[in-house]
Amino acid sequence: MTLLDFSALREVDDDLDPELRAAAHLGAPAPRLVVENLRVSFRTPDGERPVVRGLSFSLGAGECVAIVGESGSGKSVSARSLVGLTGRGSVVHVDRLEILGADARALSSRAWRRLRGRHVGFVLQDALVSLDPLRAVGRELDEALRLHGRAPRAERRRSAVELLRRVGVPRPEERARLRPDELSGGLRQRALIATAIAHDPEIVIADEPTTALDATVQAHVLAELDAMRARGTAVILISHDLSVVARLADRIVVMRGGEVVESGPAARLLGRPEHPYTQRLVAAVPGLETRGRALSPEGAEGPSAALPEAAPGDGPLDPPVVLEARGLVKAFASRGARGAAPLRAVDDVSFTLHAGETLGIVGESGSGKSTTARLALGFSEPEEGEVIVLGAPWSRVPEARRRPLRPRLAVVAQDPLSTFDPRWTVGRILGDALPRAVRRDPRARAAAVRRLLDDVGLPAGDGSVLGRFPLTLSGGQRQRVAIARALATEPAIIVLDEAVSALDVTIQAQILDLLLDLQRERDLAYLFISHDLGVIGHVSDRVLVMQHGRVVEQGPTERVLRAPEHPYTQELVASILPAPRPSNPPPGRKDPS
Amino acid sequence: MTRSSWARPAVRIVGNAVGVLVGAATAAFLAQTALPGDRATAILNIRAGQAELRTPEELAPITAEFGLDRPLWQQYADYLLGLVRGDLGTSYLQFRPVGAIIGEQLGATVVLAITAIAIAWMLMVVWIVATGGRGPRLTALGSLVDVTTAALPAYWLGIILLLVFALGLGWFPVLGDGTPLSLVLPALTLAIPLAGFLAQATRTEFERALEQPFALSARMRGQSDLGVRLGHVLRHASLPAISLSGWALGATLSGAVVVESIFSRPGIGQVLVSAVSSQDLPVVVGVVVLTAAFYVAANLLVDLASALVDPRQRAA
Repeated sequence: MTLLDFSALREVDDDLDPELRAAAHLGAPAPRLVVENLRVSFRTPDGERPVVRGLSFSLGAGECVAIVGESGSGKSVSARSLVGLTGRGSVVHVDRLEILGADARALSSRAWRRLRGRHVGFVLQDALVSLDPLRAVGRELDEALRLHGRAPRAERRRSAVELLRRVGVPRPEERARLRPDELSGGLRQRALIATAIAHDPEIVIADEPTTALDATVQAHVLAELDAMRARGTAVILISHDLSVVARLADRIVVMRGGEVVESGPAARLLGRPEHPYTQRLVAAVPGLETRGRALSPEGAEGPSAALPEAAPGDGPLDPPVVLEARGLVKAFASRGARGAAPLRAVDDVSFTLHAGETLGIVGESGSGKSTTARLALGFSEPEEGEVIVLGAPWSRVPEARRRPLRPRLAVVAQDPLSTFDPRWTVGRILGDALPRAVRRDPRARAAAVRRLLDDVGLPAGDGSVLGRFPLTLSGGQRQRVAIARALATEPAIIVLDEAVSALDVTIQAQILDLLLDLQRERDLAYLFISHDLGVIGHVSDRVLVMQHGRVVEQGPTERVLRAPEHPYTQELVASILPAPRPSNPPPGRKDPS
Repeated sequence: MTRSSWARPAVRIVGNAVGVLVGAATAAFLAQTALPGDRATAILNIRAGQAELRTPEELAPITAEFGLDRPLWQQYADYLLGLVRGDLGTSYLQFRPVGAIIGEQLGATVVLAITAIAIAWMLMVVWIVATGGRGPRLTALGSLVDVTTAALPAYWLGIILLLVFALGLGWFPVLGDGTPLSLVLPALTLAIPLAGFLAQATRTEFERALEQPFALSARMRGQSDLGVRLGHVLRHASLPAISLSGWALGATLSGAVVVESIFSRPGIGQVLVSAVSSQDLPVVVGVVVLTAAFYVAANLLVDLASALVDPRQRAA
């Protein structure tokens, strides 16, 4: 029915450029999109700074091309220049750019506007900010429908609801009246996709469409994109995440620093990457299969990387328990109606953590994993149950009694920047975290800070980060400084709350290698919280799966992830396909044609 | 929105409004009683226009008329009760209820103030949409104009407008004759600096919103630049200016005096000036209380408008 509506809309629009319309209607066998030698640079006070140097590919109906790269690789800028929205101060050169058979280099800004939304749909990441936060999603859809059609208001309203239904939003009439901040992350991302496909565009460009989404939601969104591809839409997928791309792409273009380092069919590129950078990217994806080996080339050079992973219970003596949680309950007054039952954010959670062991806590947003971390850290008090740290009571005791043990427990957060004083140098941040005795002696302090930097692989001599401010550090450097600060008090336990979630995959690989090296050297116990099953599978000895505040499954990582027992764990595991491995090519889709 | 989500803020807002009004009225009353010397003597002297000592026989009717022999708290209670009934007291000089004196002139001022704010908003919106986020040069020019107009003094601007458009070009009447045409120049005099002020508050937010992903998203859907600016960005950027408009309404009311005398318009400004110079305190107090009431009403409107523009505020 919807399809009929849209074809009706399409027929009334007769003021489209004739050549464009001809190509669109005839469904010409020619590729829908051809790019040859795309170059983009930005004008800066110091001259032009190139960000894309020569991107070429072509895309046919029902195909998916993925552009993969890390932040700063130029992948998003490339995608934007394909719809003529590169941004202020940009200079775009391209030898050939054909969209639906028409030369897009000659298009007027009016013709571009007709193309966007109608023939090329674009999905940005993070629907919370990519949909107008002051509008109901139904109105946003209405705008999309109104821009290229002449349907009356009532009909547009029906179409909007129908679109939401098509992208898998349950109860669409109701949801159309809600604003993005009133919808869950998955629903609003689908609403954003709905605005991009309102006119059944022949080409859909999705820029990191699943970043920041939970695994199961990500799987749904990717399935929706795949369904569109199967219906004949040409899809361009932009992502930093190879495991996302592996599920959808027919061909992959790998970009780095604005240059294409490798491109080719997905199965070949993921199975037998040729360029060292691609090999590095593929090797950096963590998962169950990568346990016990380094993810980054730098990690492989370290002598400790060759050591077998010490599993608890391997030796004759069990390592001592350093942290124990018994029947933890934490409730919050729920928002909205008064008198409603308080929300049990953590509900009867028990676990033990041994020295030298990593316990992974995995779950989606709102599952209570961060609240569990706060309870373990003694930042908030459980309503029921207790926490025991190194044999001493930790919960429901005065902070003064916790204080002597505080140095033994450290934390690394997802966003280290917000945990640094922006006006302090790295040297001061680290110096301040040292034990008092060391902190007071300037010489011991300087030596200790330098040792910490060395421990986390940051240069302590020439090119040292000591005098720099947190804002001027890269994401990886910041996380290393955060880890160094956590190490300053020689802790026994480190709580890592989504500590690698915001990092690019190769940086994430380096940080994971570093963490595992440190663990082996110092017998550290990690409470490792992540929504990413791949990361959990790589680092954890045992894993704890949380849903709605409860532990639904708990056990050795291999067992839980290979043979999940609880239906929720099964769903979680099913939502991630095995990461691409050089040795065994990913299953991929059958025949791309 | 359910009813309960509106009820609680409504009670709080009305409570605040009543608090502000009672506070202003009390301050005005205390100022009246703090006048040096005997109040009855002061009133008689003001009426006679000369300062001299009065005999008790002369003072008796005044004391009786204004109830000055009763304890202060009783006078205060009477005063507040009068306010609730809409009675602002009696003018020392004109022997008439203050309410009537102000009422005659109020309409002209309110029309002027509201027209001025409406024009200020129109100027600001056009100016910001035209120059906001259009590269460093236009931004610099835009900000320069914002600051310059915001700093223009009303007496200077009013006289210039009068000289050029009324006396020079003859497009508008020189004197306020009550026609809509005679409203244009006084309203512009108030509106131009206000527009600059509002534009300053809006510009930063407008440029920030223009760079937001949702604006890019709208362009990706085929929305035109103007459509993005008017349909998405302006709404986000207008919130600070809406908050300022509440203040502006009150300030325009009390600031109307200069404009009204330049353009010889009737209005509350004239009333206030003559009352202050002749020490006709009940009239001054009446204007003060009324201005406070306007501030309160304007802020209620602002809260309502902000909630309409940004529905997220309702939840908070």
